[in-house]
Amino acid sequence: MDQLLGNRRAIALLVGPALVIYTAVMLVPVFWSAGYTLTAGNAITGYRFTGLANFRELLSDPNIRTALWFTLRYAVVLTIGQVLAGYVLALCYVFVLKRASAVIRTLVFFPVVLPTVAVALMFQNLFAIAPVNGPVNSFLNLIGYHSVDWFSSAGHAFWIIVIMDIWRSMGFYAVLLYAGLVDIPETTIEAARIDGATGWRLVRHIVVPLSFPVLLSAIIFSINGTLKVFDSILALTNGGPGNATTPLTLYMFNTSFSYGEYGYGATIALLLTVICLIVTVTLYRWSRVDQSEAL
Amino acid sequence: MATAITRKPTEGDSVARRASSKAPRRGRGRFARRLPARGLTALLLVVVVYPLVWLFLGSVKSQADYLNRPTFSLPAHWMWGNYKTAWVTGSLGLYIRNSVTAVLPSLVFVIVLGSAAGFALQAMRWRLRRPTMLLVLAGIMVPSQMILLPLFTIYFQAGLTGTLWPLIITYTATGLPLTVFMMATYFRAVPHEVIEAAAIDGAGIFRIFFSVAFPMARNAILTVALVQFFFMWNDLLIALTFTNSNNLRTVQVGLLNFTGEFGSIQYGPLFAAICVTVFGTLIIFLALNQKVMKGLTGGAVKG
Repeated sequence: MDQLLGNRRAIALLVGPALVIYTAVMLVPVFWSAGYTLTAGNAITGYRFTGLANFRELLSDPNIRTALWFTLRYAVVLTIGQVLAGYVLALCYVFVLKRASAVIRTLVFFPVVLPTVAVALMFQNLFAIAPVNGPVNSFLNLIGYHSVDWFSSAGHAFWIIVIMDIWRSMGFYAVLLYAGLVDIPETTIEAARIDGATGWRLVRHIVVPLSFPVLLSAIIFSINGTLKVFDSILALTNGGPGNATTPLTLYMFNTSFSYGEYGYGATIALLLTVICLIVTVTLYRWSRVDQSEAL
Repeated sequence: MATAITRKPTEGDSVARRASSKAPRRGRGRFARRLPARGLTALLLVVVVYPLVWLFLGSVKSQADYLNRPTFSLPAHWMWGNYKTAWVTGSLGLYIRNSVTAVLPSLVFVIVLGSAAGFALQAMRWRLRRPTMLLVLAGIMVPSQMILLPLFTIYFQAGLTGTLWPLIITYTATGLPLTVFMMATYFRAVPHEVIEAAAIDGAGIFRIFFSVAFPMARNAILTVALVQFFFMWNDLLIALTFTNSNNLRTVQVGLLNFTGEFGSIQYGPLFAAICVTVFGTLIIFLALNQKVMKGLTGGAVKG
């Protein structure tokens, strides 16, 4: 048996192909890309060594500050927004809709599987002002307000991106958190009710603490995804107005492929990766400590 | 009460059922009790479904109809021709063919390679098992931006630009970490006795993998394949980077540049194109919704 499961040739044949592709297309390029940070140029013109010039530029580039600030603000706001929306929905599934929730769960999950570009184009037209009012502005007119040009100011554009991404993801987080809520033993809830906890107090003191682990993994997953946001912003605002809604990912993409500056693009990519690494490791450590204390 | 405790909670409605037990049981309490549930359902319907209905109605309106009549109105004439315009003039047909050509081979590669690796990492015994697993897991965190530039250089030097191979290779590689991880988790559920029995019957390790473990994980494979399908089909970044000509565009890239095909925005065909991509994915989702929901959320908790 041990001989069979320890067969080296078999292991190599099973793991080998996956590992070779993974190494060649992901691992090696990560370090290769890190090497590009010391150069200027691109794939077509070739590269020349420039030392730490890219990092000096990174520190003094005002666009980096805008992009970094936008990325962090977006990650925090959207994480709070989508996890909260998902949690409220999950609570509704469990306590308000009860057994009828299966259909609603599926329905609210719809937007999760839709192509981001299609959703973004739809939102552009939902919030449109020209050449014709979209449903949102039409509704505003109906209740006596003026139409708003949603995409012309940085503040409005930011919130529309957030609204769209919450619309896209709330069903996902609702199902994720619902799984955590239904794991709470019925007897615990019953005991709390007998002790007089109802409504908000029940949620605050019993349900939230008991579903904390799954809430935490939802937050970690959310931050990880939102730091890498690209599709929805490119398709909805393309970073505008100006560069007010440009995250690091999009700035890196434009620097590399619109301006052909691979060296500086790789430097931005490295910054993004380091941020993701720090945030993931920190949250992971923190969640470990937190859960072991709770036990 | 005793039955309530010993009974194994099914599906998880237990909390919900208890939650209702305190509510008043007679008279007009019944209506009042249902009111929040109905209100909530209606609200969710408006928020989630109305935009899609509006989208569909827009796809069968003429340009003048869309621009001049109120946005909430029904189409004056049902212009089904918009779909044909989107498909032919807007090249949606070509884009969908490109997406299928890029995604299907990637999906096959990712499943075959990923489940083989997942099996070896979970069921077999070797020294570097854990480090290899961690190495693969690290790939889940790395942003795609970090590998794009070297890959572009490689594909350019290898003369692969101008084909769909860059997409297939990149999708396969970026899909592997999560696939390997999820498959390894599923193979843990294959009882060790089954593998042992097969071995005693004289099956080699490849026989065990292909005739025992792989079929036993059939459900899991479908789930993982669905998750990967949605990731690849909806991808924009990789497709945008590696498709440099109109003939190679995938659905997402094509949709992004859709208005460019006509000079000015033609709302009917644009909405028709969005509808095709939206309702296409919805049909797949509706057919397999439990698997999709389980798969997508499962990948999140563990990853």
